[in-house]
Parts: sequence; C-alpha cells; structure tokens
Amino acid sequence: MSELDELLKSFGEAGGDQSILANTAFAHLAASGHKILSRRAVKGIELDTVESDKGISATVRLLKGTRLLNPVHLCFGVLHRSGIQEINMRVNFEKDSQASFIAHCIFPKAEKVKHIMDAVIHIGENATMRYSEIHYHGIYGGIEVYPKARIIIGKNGRYFTDFLLINGLVGKLMIDYGVEVGENGVAELIARVFGHATDNILIKDKVALNGVNSKGLIKTRVAIENNAQAQVIGVTEGNARGARGHVDCMEIVKDNAIAKAIPLVKVSNSLAKVTHEAAIGSVDKKQLDTLMAHGLAPEEAVDVIVRGILK
Amino acid sequence: MVLLEIKSISYRVKEKEIFSGLSLSVEPGEVHAILGKNGTGKSTLAYLVMGCEGYIPTTGEILFDGKAINHLLLHERAKLGITMAWQEPVRFEGISVREYLTLKNKEIDPSKYLEMAGLYPGLYLNRMMDNTLSGGERKRIELASVVALDPRLVILDEPDSGIDMLSIRDILNVITVFKENGASVILITHREEIAIIADKASEICNGKIICSGAPVKVTQYYKTRKCEVCAGEECTFV
Ligand SMILES: Nc1ncnc2c1ncn2[C@@H]1O[C@H](COP(=O)(O)OP(=O)(O)OP(=O)(O)O)[C@@H](O)[C@H]1O
Ligand SMILES: [Mg+2]
Repeated sequence: MSELDELLKSFGEAGGDQSILANTAFAHLAASGHKILSRRAVKGIELDTVESDKGISATVRLLKGTRLLNPVHLCFGVLHRSGIQEINMRVNFEKDSQASFIAHCIFPKAEKVKHIMDAVIHIGENATMRYSEIHYHGIYGGIEVYPKARIIIGKNGRYFTDFLLINGLVGKLMIDYGVEVGENGVAELIARVFGHATDNILIKDKVALNGVNSKGLIKTRVAIENNAQAQVIGVTEGNARGARGHVDCMEIVKDNAIAKAIPLVKVSNSLAKVTHEAAIGSVDKKQLDTLMAHGLAPEEAVDVIVRGILK
Repeated sequence: MVLLEIKSISYRVKEKEIFSGLSLSVEPGEVHAILGKNGTGKSTLAYLVMGCEGYIPTTGEILFDGKAINHLLLHERAKLGITMAWQEPVRFEGISVREYLTLKNKEIDPSKYLEMAGLYPGLYLNRMMDNTLSGGERKRIELASVVALDPRLVILDEPDSGIDMLSIRDILNVITVFKENGASVILITHREEIAIIADKASEICNGKIICSGAPVKVTQYYKTRKCEVCAGEECTFV
C-alpha cells in the first residue's frame, strides 16, 4: 500500500470522505511526515510547496475576487509511531476572495510524534476565510501538537476558525493563535477539545481589535476527565472606536481533572467594549436531573451533555 | 388503588420548615391539581417526588405502586415511570429538538409530540435546545418530551406559565393526552381554568394540604379565603 493510500485509509477510518482527493473540483494538499503525497490547485488558487528535512512549507494564494465553492482540503499526518512534522503555511487571501479550508490532522499510531503548525495568514480587504481543523489522534496519547497562527485581517475582512479535537487521546496540545482585526473586520475563534487520561491542554487565543468597528469572538469548549489538565487563556483587546469583543469559555471537569480559565480583557479606547464569561465546573446539575428524568442513566446523561457542548 | 402515596412527610431547608406532615395520594389515571401561593413549596414537593439530589423527606414516606421510593435516586424513579416537567426548564448547548425528543426512544416520531404541544415540527425539529428558544417555546418542547416518554406519573410544574393566553388549550390538550394514555398527572398551577379540568385538587399552605376535593370547590376556597399571609390560623381548616 502506498503512503498516500495509508493516509487515506486512516482518514477514512476517522470518518473522512476518501473520495475528496480524487475529485477534481476540490483543491487539496496531502502530506505525510516530510513528504508531499498529493496536491491539486483549482482555478483562482495558487499552491507552492517545498519539502524540508523536518516537514513542509506551503504558500497559498487565493487570487483577487476568487470565490471557491468547494472547500480546500488539507490532509496532514504522521502514520508512524514516532516522528516530527513541521508545517509552515503562508496564506494570502487577496481582496474580495472567499474560501473555506478544512484541515484533517491524522496521527493514528502516535507514541512519540510531534506536529508543529506555524501559519501566517493575511485576510485582504473584503475577503473571508473559514478554517476548520479536525484532529484524529490515536489511543496512545504520545503526541505533541503545537498549532501556532498569526492572522492579520484587513478592512471588512472576516476570519472564522474552528479547532476540533474530540477523538482519541489529546496528548499535549499547545494552541497559540493571535489575530489582529482591522476596520470593520470580524474574527471568530472556536476551539473544542475533549481531554482524558493525562492529556495536557493549553489554548491561548488573542484577538486585538485594532480597527474601528471590528468584532471578535473567542469561544472555547473543553471537557476533561481522569487526570487531564486544561488551561484556557483568552485575551481580547479593544483598541478602537466601536470595537466589540467577547470571550466565552466553558470547561466541564470530571474525576481528578484540573481546569483553569484566564480571560484577559484590555480596552484602550473608551468607545470599545469587551465582555467575557467563563464557567468551569462539573456537569450542570439541573441538566443532569432533566436528562435522568427523561430516562437516561447518569453516565449516559453526562455523555449527552458533554457531547452537546463539544458539538 | 393508589399509584402515588405521600405519607405525612416533613422537609426543611436551612431554617425553614417547608412541609410538616404533608399527605397526598394520587390514583392511576388521576389528574391532581396542586394550588398554593408563591413559596408554599409546590416545586419542592415536585422535587421530593422526583427524587432530585438532596430532596429526601426528614420524616414520612413516599410510596409508588405500594413501594417506598424516598431513598431511590432520580434515575431509578424515572425507570419506574415517574417524570416531570420543570417550572423553568433548563437549556442545552449542541442538542437539537429532534435529538432531545428521541433521547430515550429513537423509534418515536418527534413531530407528533411537537404538534400535541402546539408547535409546528418543520420549524422546530432542527432548532437547538439552547437560549435561542423563547421561554414559551422551551416549555412546550418540555411538555412534548414528557408526553413522548409515556410515563405512569408525570409532574407538571406550572405548565401554563409563560404560555400565551390564547394557547392555554394546547396545555389542556397535553393533559388530555396523558389522561388518555392512563397516566397520572400532578398538575401544579396558578390558573383556575387549568385547575378545573383536574379530577381532584389540593391546596398547600403552611406545610400541609389544607383543602382537598373537587377542583371547583378547592379553587373557590382558595380564592375566597381571607388568609393573605398565612400564619397557620386560617389554614388549620381541613
Ligand atoms: N435552598 C433553599 N434555601 C432556602 N430556602 C429555600 C431553598 N429552596 C427553597 N426555599 C424556599 O422554600 C419555599 C418553597 O419554594 P418552592 O420553590 O417549592 O415554592 P413554590 O410553591 O413552587 O413557589 P412558586 O409558586 O413561586 O413557584 C420558598 O419560600 C423558597 O424560598
Ligand atoms: Mg414553583
């Protein structure tokens, strides 16, 4: 079996649609470890890639006015038990362009794997990017993931991201996102993570609302059980007139797990407004009682609530 | 034959004695309205019967089908066929109305139950059970969900609160469905037009049932009673 077939197989086992890479209507980039296995560009998108000894570098350019109907699929993985994968991404959405990216990060056998993502993303004037990152980790927990991104949003630009890691053990996860939002721009950062065993989770999101009337939302949903630990740091700065920011963090804690939330709000313009809410605790008792009154066993009820929050 | 028998229960929170020797029984298929002023303990009675955590009578017994249930946990009582619709139903993130109605039984047709509660299924099945639902919508979905459970005993804690005046017949409709299914209903309400459709009514005051009987009689008694701040004087009447 070729490496690509193997990556696709794991992708399929994790619930992904394997036919996507064969579909010529979809742009994609698939890399295993340091090797680029497959790539396709479609009209309006330029894709340059380089392999290095630690991973790959990719430069993505979405040309002015391009509106992609189909999402671009990124498929990254390490299929071996150990290894390192460093991905450098430079993304540029030119004026009036619009596209969705879905990144599938697959580490089915990881016992000693390190995955580093370093992205710099420019969202041009009136451009919109939606970026979802879905992780499929195996059951061994021997993985370290460092997703780092710096995002600069221009006038009327919009950036939505959704990070999802609810399958398998997390291992060590250190998210570090920083967004600068320009005039009338919008940034929405969502992360949903389910930690077990001795998983160690750090989510650090920073949104600087630098432009007039810019908007930002940081939403984090974390559930942790056993001896897992999670820390969520949500920083929002309101630096311009009419800027509106909100930080919404919810962490559900079971067993001996430990959760921390640090919402940090800084406002340097009196006409900006930033709000935050953080709720950490065990499953809501009234929700639990309601589901049990509907005939669910206590464990089933907890599961329904946690799955709902991570959805 | 009695389905639910509450035998002289007492219950207190902190310094406040909420019940002191309250007794009540409900027969199979009986709709039993509970009346009482704000703060008299109607919701507390519901929690005691349902078995919410921390709600165990200090004295007395609660029997269901002849067996004591006051030490059973909430989900164990639910297994016996007891359920309730809360006065203020809780919201859920990430659970759709469709999922909520089919949590226990995947086979049922959720549309049928939404319609019973006066909601158009096409508009609601894919909505989320979160705070985007209005208060009245949430209450109706709760009613639909408890009908779908086909319980033997259901406690409806003010099913009419938050429901607009013109839609009271939807609530009456749901109660009728319970009756047709042979379920017993404990119907907590402040509204006379709801209470009078019950088979029987009881008024709680000062920790006890002070009046019990035909709904017309009990609502009448409740309305004309002089006692405003009950100090137990008026309410020793049984
Ligand atoms: N944990 C508590 N600590 C102190 N007092 C409590 C507690 N729980 C309930 N109470 C009091 O017990 C009384 C009964 O409350 P309950 O909610 O059962 O009233 P109710 O009859 O349902 O009122 P309403 O008609 O307003 O719904 C109230 O006076 C309430 O303030
Ligand atoms: Mg009440």
